[in-house]
Amino acid sequence: MASGLILLQGACAKQEPKMNQSSAANQISSGILYASRALLLLLTGLIVAWIFTSTALADEVGFEQAVQQLTTRKFRDKEKAVKQLADIQDKRTLPVLQALLDARLYYRKSDKRVVIVVPIDGQYQLSDPLNGEQLGTAAKRQLKKIGINNKLRKLLKAKLASLSLESPDVEVRLAAVEQMLGHLDEAQADYITRLAEQEQDEDVRDAMGSALALHQLEHGSDEQRLQAISLLSGNLSQVVNNHLQALLEKNEQGEFLETNTTLRKAASRALDLISSRLQINSIIETTFFGLSLGSVLLLAAIGLAITFGVMGVINMAHGELIMLGAYTTYLVQSAMPNYTDLSLIVAVPAAFIVSGLFGIMIERFVIRHLYGRPLETLLATFGVSLILQQLVRTVISAQNVAVSNPSWMSGSWQINAALSLTYNRLFIFIFAMVVFVALLLILKKTALGLQVRAVSQNRPMAQAMGIRSGWVDAMTFGLGSGVAGIAGVALSQLTNVGPNMGQAYIIDSFMVVVFGGVGNLWGTFVGALSLGAANKFIEPWSGAVLAKIIVLVFIIMFIQKYPRGLFPQKGRSAEN
Amino acid sequence: MVKLLQQYFQRDRGGNSMLGILLFISVMVPVLNLVVPESSVFHVSTYTVTLIGKYLTFALLALAVDLIWGYCGIMSLGHGAFFALGGYAMGMYLMRQIGDRGVYGNPELPDFMVFLNWSELPWYWSGFDMFWFAMLMVIVVPGLLAFVFGWLAFRSRVTGVYLSIITQALTYALMLAFFRNEMGFGGNNGLTDFKDILGYSLQSDFTRASLFAASAIILALAYLLSRYIINSKLGRVVVAIRDAEDRTRFIAYRVEYYKLWLFVVSAILAGMAGALYVPQVGIINPGEFSPLNSIELVIWVAIGGRGTLYGAVAGAVLVNFSKTWFTGILPEGWIFALGALFVVVTIYLPRGLVGIMNRKQAAQT
Amino acid sequence: MSALDKLRQTMRRDQVWNCMMPHYTYEDVLDTRKGPILYLEDVTVSFDGFKALDALTLDINDGELRCIIGANGAGKTTMMDVITGKTRPDEGSVYYGQRIDLLRLSEPEIAALGIGRKFQKPTVFEHHSVLINLELSMRMDKRVWTTLFSKMTGEQRDHIDEVLQIIGLQEEYHNRAGLLSHGQKQWLEIGMLLMQDPRLLLVDEPVAGMTGQETERTAELLTSLAGKHSVVVVEHDMEFVRSIARTVTVLHQGSVLAQGDMDEVQNDPRVREVYLGS
Repeated sequence: MASGLILLQGACAKQEPKMNQSSAANQISSGILYASRALLLLLTGLIVAWIFTSTALADEVGFEQAVQQLTTRKFRDKEKAVKQLADIQDKRTLPVLQALLDARLYYRKSDKRVVIVVPIDGQYQLSDPLNGEQLGTAAKRQLKKIGINNKLRKLLKAKLASLSLESPDVEVRLAAVEQMLGHLDEAQADYITRLAEQEQDEDVRDAMGSALALHQLEHGSDEQRLQAISLLSGNLSQVVNNHLQALLEKNEQGEFLETNTTLRKAASRALDLISSRLQINSIIETTFFGLSLGSVLLLAAIGLAITFGVMGVINMAHGELIMLGAYTTYLVQSAMPNYTDLSLIVAVPAAFIVSGLFGIMIERFVIRHLYGRPLETLLATFGVSLILQQLVRTVISAQNVAVSNPSWMSGSWQINAALSLTYNRLFIFIFAMVVFVALLLILKKTALGLQVRAVSQNRPMAQAMGIRSGWVDAMTFGLGSGVAGIAGVALSQLTNVGPNMGQAYIIDSFMVVVFGGVGNLWGTFVGALSLGAANKFIEPWSGAVLAKIIVLVFIIMFIQKYPRGLFPQKGRSAEN
Repeated sequence: MVKLLQQYFQRDRGGNSMLGILLFISVMVPVLNLVVPESSVFHVSTYTVTLIGKYLTFALLALAVDLIWGYCGIMSLGHGAFFALGGYAMGMYLMRQIGDRGVYGNPELPDFMVFLNWSELPWYWSGFDMFWFAMLMVIVVPGLLAFVFGWLAFRSRVTGVYLSIITQALTYALMLAFFRNEMGFGGNNGLTDFKDILGYSLQSDFTRASLFAASAIILALAYLLSRYIINSKLGRVVVAIRDAEDRTRFIAYRVEYYKLWLFVVSAILAGMAGALYVPQVGIINPGEFSPLNSIELVIWVAIGGRGTLYGAVAGAVLVNFSKTWFTGILPEGWIFALGALFVVVTIYLPRGLVGIMNRKQAAQT
Repeated sequence: MSALDKLRQTMRRDQVWNCMMPHYTYEDVLDTRKGPILYLEDVTVSFDGFKALDALTLDINDGELRCIIGANGAGKTTMMDVITGKTRPDEGSVYYGQRIDLLRLSEPEIAALGIGRKFQKPTVFEHHSVLINLELSMRMDKRVWTTLFSKMTGEQRDHIDEVLQIIGLQEEYHNRAGLLSHGQKQWLEIGMLLMQDPRLLLVDEPVAGMTGQETERTAELLTSLAGKHSVVVVEHDMEFVRSIARTVTVLHQGSVLAQGDMDEVQNDPRVREVYLGS
């Protein structure tokens, strides 16, 4: 069970903050600010809502009273209320006190109701600290801030620390320790030392050890400091890194500030270890991003690989079929607004059917008339892609639409202090693999697959064997298009959904198919993942756009050297 | 000799009437614009002159595409790139002509470079203050790119759909590159705010009319050149390559050289079209490299009728005219109409409008 | 070959660059004094493990008319692909005369050396008239710029008329080749071969789709060509083969199964086994 703090951390570590539906109505110019505020709002809501359900009824009255008492003008009474709140074993306490410390706790002038606010666009978004209910927005003048003085601030900090450090929730404790890393005072150090002895959870104990070691490094004897360094060696936290780095700093005369040579040597060794670990981390991270991009490319390209492999024509509307899949996701979500988590699962078959049907229509009405004229097919399907784009613009909107992430795809998997992998990318990677295997099975094991392969290898012969090649064409096209639709569902979780989104994928998809070798799903698989990885490995030293250009130019050169791709189909039939 | 010439002209009736029209308008339109007073019904506004002038540069571009697609079967989805490169070469000259009249008043550097805090002109901008050099580059840059690209592609026998898509990737890559500010071509905004060409203000009616006449005459010359090529033995080899590439190879023609030669000629024509286009519309930006543009111009040719030179010209003018007209009354509808054109023309009119006319003629006789 | 090797090859002082070479004819370089005009040795071609040609060794004498027969998949067409440069073998060598290594040359270069090929499926330029089909095939300087400015001379026109007569398409010379009947297309393709003035003709199934009379005339033509030219004919039609063949080579699974005159071959037990399964 993830708690609020860790969720917050995870959300901030997320690479591309995705707009959430709840906040999409508000428009704000600064995207980052907007997204972080929206997240904060959402999270506060989530935490409080969740906490509320598990509250003991007995303390209910006391808690309410204490919260209400915060509205008093006298600081002494406020102090009493804070202490009372801290004493009640209630999970709602933490957010309230945190809000008070952050000056986000207000009461409404009209009914003296205490609210937690999140400022958005000059307005304040209100939520009830008691039950997490959203109370709409209010102007600043309708509210009154609950003020604090220095004494109260100190008390709040201490209470918050002890509340979180002694919280029964492991994640809360861990987050609290990590937050305190690098700025412990003597009293806190003693407190944590005491806590560390009783701590059951290994991660929390390690974190406490690091925090204490860092404290030792600052204030201890040389021997203690040396010990601290060895303990901190290889620790990936940025704070630790900074402190160790500080040991190696020189003054203006070029003399080391730290006079103890042994300490300096130990610190530099520790830093070496840290940097090598960071390097490994960054390689893992880049590989992950590469594979993630690769899985997106795979999803986008694999449908094309099927239609291109069998018909030998490029369906230029393939990108638009992906777009239709993404829009299907949007429509499914709009149809079941209260079931965001479920909607994505419903969207997969829905998108498959929608895009598949469009694909079959394209095949029946356009492509069928153009067999043996691949270049003309390319033109005609491009026309179809224009029509589909404009259709979406006219019927839905020319603007991008907001598709929300279900909760099980938000957040990230924290591997260590410096490395986390976002769940949405992880899921999409797994999803791509599943789709790939499923297609492989369909083509290898089913009757349709057998017929598809027969038609793609030798059309006249397959016809002579009694295979209805027209039917096979339509089905294959439907299958490939349906897969494009599924790709659209996945993409809706990663990028903006708009009428033009498909165009970005058609060239890339084709490049993947050709690079891998036409008529070979494994080729597409290898092609997609390797191109994705190559792109991400080039990116750090060239920038995103140049990386894309480099990869494009590479493929252009590659096709010219190996026109049949990585895994060419060889043989006499392939020659003609 | 006279007989030969007669024969030569007789073969291409549609083309001859087109040449006649071109010559006629290259004289008449400027006259109607400059000499006939504005109050007269026969007056042609400068807006119209520029508009038709733009159509003519598109027609030249379509001619270039038809040369390789209609006759050699190479469907390039990247001809917009050559057009844009020619345009950029011209744009760079016009940019240098601004001198110190830019917003920042820097005599050496174009505004966008001053804005990016560049201290000196990049080396590849040198020489573009001279008209002849810029015009040379209009030919050399697209020609060279086509040569290198074509040499690689044709030598390794990349054909059909593959070739189409890698040409599209080429123009896509160029578009991405030109969007970058670091490239030194004005990034997103491209090159614009031109003042004058060869000392004449680009805003004056006279310059506009002259540019129009130049477009018409160059189009006519390009048409004559293309017709000479197509009617020469080389033209026949090219058609032979389109119809049976292997057979051509086995009767000792080096197919890749022929393709390359024609591809380069076509790219140069496209570059010239771009160079004529830029001073008339007053801007060139990376959007011209967009794959959409390149594929759209293929459909101009398809609509007019590929494999007939005047068909390509007619198609380009017709489609662009309807585009102007359509977007005027029903902006949303144009994309639908264009999309439908792609589908209908490829399925039902493989020979384009010229095909319909020829069929009618054949039915009458 | 590494780039450096290529550079060295290019910079060799004892050689003139190809593009600087004078336009010479193949008669100057073709050396058939020892007999064979074409010599294949141990040629192996495999597609994904399937050996289309398996250590094929074959020679064709100058001026000979040779028939090659074999079941489908015996490697006849692949052999022609190798000779004409369309397919590169995995192993083996192919020599034209004594000195010319065909494996180093491209299709047009090989064609320019006087090796003409007729495809299995008649392939002519359907949008061109018969006349232009023949004109394009004519033996001449086929570089791009020369072609752009070339004009047909009277002499060349006479040559075309001559060939038109041979292939019996005088009446059709102005018609588009696409409108010809199947048999006429076969003839036109043979005519295009003749226009090239080749030393070696590779003819793949010349009489497929021809009437009995046409077949007879083709047989006459091919026989008359032998002597001055060397002719290799691949054919299924046994009657036709019998009517023209002096030496017959039987291919089986990518290598030579038997060779000799028609009777010898037909009585060869291995051939009988392969063909009749007995």
